[in-house]
Amino acid sequence: MTATDTALRSGAALSSEEEGLARAQQKRKMSGFMTGLFYAGAFGAAALLVVFVGFVIGQGITAVNADILVSLSGIFFNTMYLVVLALFFSAIWGIPAGIFLAEYARKGRLTSWVRMAIETLASLPSIVVGLFGYLVFIVMTGSQWNLMAGALSVSIITLPMLASVTEDALEGLPPYYKLGSLGLGASRIQTLWNVQLPACFPRIMTGLILAAGRGFGEAAALMFTAGMSTDIDWSNWNLVSQSCPLNPFRPGETLALHIWALRTEALNPNAAEVAGVTSAILMLVVVIFNALARYVSWRMEKKMGGI
Amino acid sequence: MSEETMLQHAARVRHQELLSSTGVKVCGIAAALLPFCIGAFLMIRGAETFFVFGHSLTEFLTSGVWQPSDSIEGGGQVGAAMFISGSVVICFLALVLALPVSLAAAIYMTEIAQPSTRRKVQPLIELFTGIPSVIYGWIGLTVLIPLLRKIFPMPFGFSVLAASIVLAVMIFPVITMMASDAMMAVPNSWRDAAYGLGATRWETIRTVVIPAAKTGIFTGIVLGLARALGEALAVAMVVGQMKKFPTSLFLPATTMTTVIASDMGSAMEGGEYNAALWTLAFLLFALSFILIFIIHMVGKDKLKEA
Repeated sequence: MTATDTALRSGAALSSEEEGLARAQQKRKMSGFMTGLFYAGAFGAAALLVVFVGFVIGQGITAVNADILVSLSGIFFNTMYLVVLALFFSAIWGIPAGIFLAEYARKGRLTSWVRMAIETLASLPSIVVGLFGYLVFIVMTGSQWNLMAGALSVSIITLPMLASVTEDALEGLPPYYKLGSLGLGASRIQTLWNVQLPACFPRIMTGLILAAGRGFGEAAALMFTAGMSTDIDWSNWNLVSQSCPLNPFRPGETLALHIWALRTEALNPNAAEVAGVTSAILMLVVVIFNALARYVSWRMEKKMGGI
Repeated sequence: MSEETMLQHAARVRHQELLSSTGVKVCGIAAALLPFCIGAFLMIRGAETFFVFGHSLTEFLTSGVWQPSDSIEGGGQVGAAMFISGSVVICFLALVLALPVSLAAAIYMTEIAQPSTRRKVQPLIELFTGIPSVIYGWIGLTVLIPLLRKIFPMPFGFSVLAASIVLAVMIFPVITMMASDAMMAVPNSWRDAAYGLGATRWETIRTVVIPAAKTGIFTGIVLGLARALGEALAVAMVVGQMKKFPTSLFLPATTMTTVIASDMGSAMEGGEYNAALWTLAFLLFALSFILIFIIHMVGKDKLKEA
């Protein structure tokens, strides 16, 4: 080995080491740059979303006055009434459907098929569900637009939420709840009713609250079912009368639908203010319901954590 | 307790058991049949366009002449291509706008942020999936459109671009949630292995985390597309409802959902116009069904791999 050889070799090693360092530095730079991009993306999006909620609520607060609130009270009542009806229907159907998936359906092709169908229902466009509701609850029954048809349409949308929440809750329960009860000689339905469902109650409650939030904001499913008029008389308590607030077979506009209707309202000079206030109320309701659902599940976690 | 009463009691329990299990099964199966029932009803009404009014499927899907007559006699033309292309163009633009931001937010949440920050950001993003679509539409109408008109040279403000932006904001949380769930599910040992081999954070994300989470990210994209495709009112408020092809970002257009939302109420029951709208509704149903089916097929492959 000559001296030149050694020199050459060490030179080569030196240059490759330098190259390596330069590459490492470049990589670090690239990594830092991309990290910066991710920061920017995440914080930009979060800021936009916070500003959005703040703006909606803020513009409502600046526009609000007593007249607008009075004009919205009937619509607010309709919305509450419709959501309660819708939750009732989707609970008496969706919770048993969830129990079926968790407890009764054997694992196999049928169950996976049923689960897929229910998931499909969850992501159908709400206008499609609304059209189905229009066809079945309005055209086929030969009735006028009414709250009941709207509530049934919304219950189709919230049904899969309740079914999957119930299924997850039952499956998330430690198996000894069920085994203990069955071991004491209780039947399956007694176990479900007295042990499993009470233990699942907070999670199902969370699902119900989230479903209610969804129902509040629903508009496309109600366009052709619940109607766009509200004509109620608070002194009329004759349940079959068209103007009785509690008659579910009267037309009733909801808050979300009201915003849609106001878009084209030319008769009303302060339509923009009314729509602003309406969207602020809707936004507040949705935020409150979300916080409530989170609180319930947080409480549950704390309680369960103690076991 | 005598033997007889015990036997009676057991019989009653068995009876209860039978009744309740039947009830539960009926509810479950009926819920599963519901989407097919919806599809069947829409198909029956939608088929009138082809079988009662004698239009061809090719005309419906490819012709751009939309002049159905609002009568039982029919005789108009029902080319829905401009609504279909409007929907497709607006959905994809929304996806293009939302995807980079969604991925950045998901990567930030799973790879960069401290767990405490993630616990604060995640509920916020979940909240946004629950905001009613009419609110997005209303803010689009009152804030976004005047703003766009100031920035770009556009005649109305109502435009394909406005609709895409509103939809992008709406599908952003959907894609972010799905993508971050998928990235969270990548085992930490994989990341440690990459770092141990000398990879930088970006290299780890690019070569390990994203490939491992690609099924979940894809699911998020398809779900986002399904949501964008089915959104009616928010789009209707900003798209301008002009019945023409979406040729420019800055001009109004119409989508499948918006034409149904605006015209279904006024079209005569049993008429050709009405039938054509039902056909569009069925097409919408079929497209969302296909998107959800794709998600399931992809999910199944993942199960097989594991």
